[in-house]
Amino acid sequence: MATFKIKRYNPEKQAEPYYEEFQYDIPAGSTVLDCMNEIKWNLDGSLTFRMSCRSAICGSCAVKVNGHATLACQKQAETMLKDDTIVLEPLGNMKPLKDLAVDFTPFWDKVNKVTPYLQPRSAPPAKERRQSPAEFKLIDDTSTCIMCGSCYSDCNVLEVDDNFLGPAALAKAQRFVGDSRDSKTLERVKQLSEYGGIWDCTHCGECVERCPKPAEPFYRIKEIMAVALEQGVHDNVGARHAISFVNSVKHSGSLNENKLPVESMGFFNIKGLLELVPVGLRMLLKRKVPPILHKSIENVQDVRRIFRKLNQ
Amino acid sequence: MKFALFTGCVAKGATRELMVSTKKAAEGLGIEFIEMKSAACCGAGVISEQSPLLADALNARTVAIAEAQGLDLVTICSTCQGNLKKSECNIDSDPEYKEQINHILSEGGHQYLGGKSRIKHFANILATDEGMALLKEKIKRPLKGLKVAAFYGCYVLRPSGLSDFDDPDDPHGMEDIFAALGAEPIYYPSRVKCCGFPIIMMNKTASQDMSGNALLDAIESGADCVVTGCPLCHLSLDSYQPEIEKLKKKGHSIPILHLSQLVALALGYTPKELDMDHHIVSTLKIEEILARG
Repeated sequence: MATFKIKRYNPEKQAEPYYEEFQYDIPAGSTVLDCMNEIKWNLDGSLTFRMSCRSAICGSCAVKVNGHATLACQKQAETMLKDDTIVLEPLGNMKPLKDLAVDFTPFWDKVNKVTPYLQPRSAPPAKERRQSPAEFKLIDDTSTCIMCGSCYSDCNVLEVDDNFLGPAALAKAQRFVGDSRDSKTLERVKQLSEYGGIWDCTHCGECVERCPKPAEPFYRIKEIMAVALEQGVHDNVGARHAISFVNSVKHSGSLNENKLPVESMGFFNIKGLLELVPVGLRMLLKRKVPPILHKSIENVQDVRRIFRKLNQ
Repeated sequence: MKFALFTGCVAKGATRELMVSTKKAAEGLGIEFIEMKSAACCGAGVISEQSPLLADALNARTVAIAEAQGLDLVTICSTCQGNLKKSECNIDSDPEYKEQINHILSEGGHQYLGGKSRIKHFANILATDEGMALLKEKIKRPLKGLKVAAFYGCYVLRPSGLSDFDDPDDPHGMEDIFAALGAEPIYYPSRVKCCGFPIIMMNKTASQDMSGNALLDAIESGADCVVTGCPLCHLSLDSYQPEIEKLKKKGHSIPILHLSQLVALALGYTPKELDMDHHIVSTLKIEEILARG
């Protein structure tokens, strides 16, 4: 017999959420969603959650299973048991409405912010707008996103900063930044390079881990970064950081930690540079600073050769 | 045991105490580390923002150097570990790409074979039966009474397909090491979270809010110190801790150690020998606890 420990919440009856345990014998082959349905149909009809297709297509049934966002219909329940228990909670970073259902409004607002539709160069042709297989490959992965909200739920930046567009909206943005038929690439990457955009991603990889499809937003965010850099959208800390980093490795084979913060902030960004002073002084006093004279790695010529060969 | 040591840039820069303590830990354990002095930076996930091919080529070159030496490659930085593994995965999963990479490397006399040198974080070497037996054999000063909270660093955990930990959502390798050293491991939810370091310059408040939440979680769980396998996490949690305390409006502070420092302490090295006096947050509390032992 398995225990399903479910976070319950009904603001009409009780202000605070609480956990309720249900005992249920998991039939072989049941998904987590199958079990949730059985609990609702046979043990407590008031249990609330979203679901529809049961086939990992609609993206409705994402909940936290044992603390991490998971598409409930995509996981065999038996594989999720920990000490004979499965803990179910609503997705994170969104306001719970009732039990396992959350308010997706901020999620959709952010998707809408990235202009999630094609802005083509010309009026529609008589037939379809064609793409080569190679062109489609650039947007193939992100096209698989089912908007389940798993990445948004577990994003480490969104836990502390509501302003961040978040992985799902940024993956959706890559769908159009990378689209050969779109005419607004530069405008898009300029907007996406602003505060709350691509450069606010902290590389935690949670979105890759939670994504039930090949969309894997972190890698899509990096693809937008590459386009932004290539398009010359350099007037921001994130882009300057990437450029300084690459130049440092090109020059010496390793990272020059003395130059990186200054070049990232920008020589005329007085406020940004002043922000570096307290931590810099603190580290200096503790002799916790990189050597003043930055040393190159051995055989750095070979590293420089690779940069040249790749036109970097 | 003999390994090619990929030091990473930060262990030779802002966290030189990591390099010092890694050498001591290796010496105390009788592990031979051959420093890879011609290996380039792993890219830290930043070079690939500009060019994934460039990042993969540089990392393939690094692995090729270890392969030519006939050694497995050991990292002492979660970020280096994750980025080397990602490049390895990109190259090994695509024969045409591998050919392209080897064409780039060939003029420098390198060839990436793939699969010849395993890429392992120091924690993953120790968190094996062999590593545990070695720790237990070599310990001179068990870390009795010390409550230690692990902070793993994202890149050794995610994506889980590239991680060496059995369950990257609920790992126990670092905690197993702490227990083998005689310390008491503290399990707390934030141990697998991000420290926020990659956005410290782009979004300082969000970055420090993230590290602050993790530190408060460790403190409230009863930890005496936090130990990390990533020097970038160390910088975030230690060097910025005064600002974090201000932001979170809490008066606590907690020392942050590198994994190598904790191991070397148990092997009998003194805090001074491990450059623990270079930390921003004082580590004296650890010495007091160990003295009470």
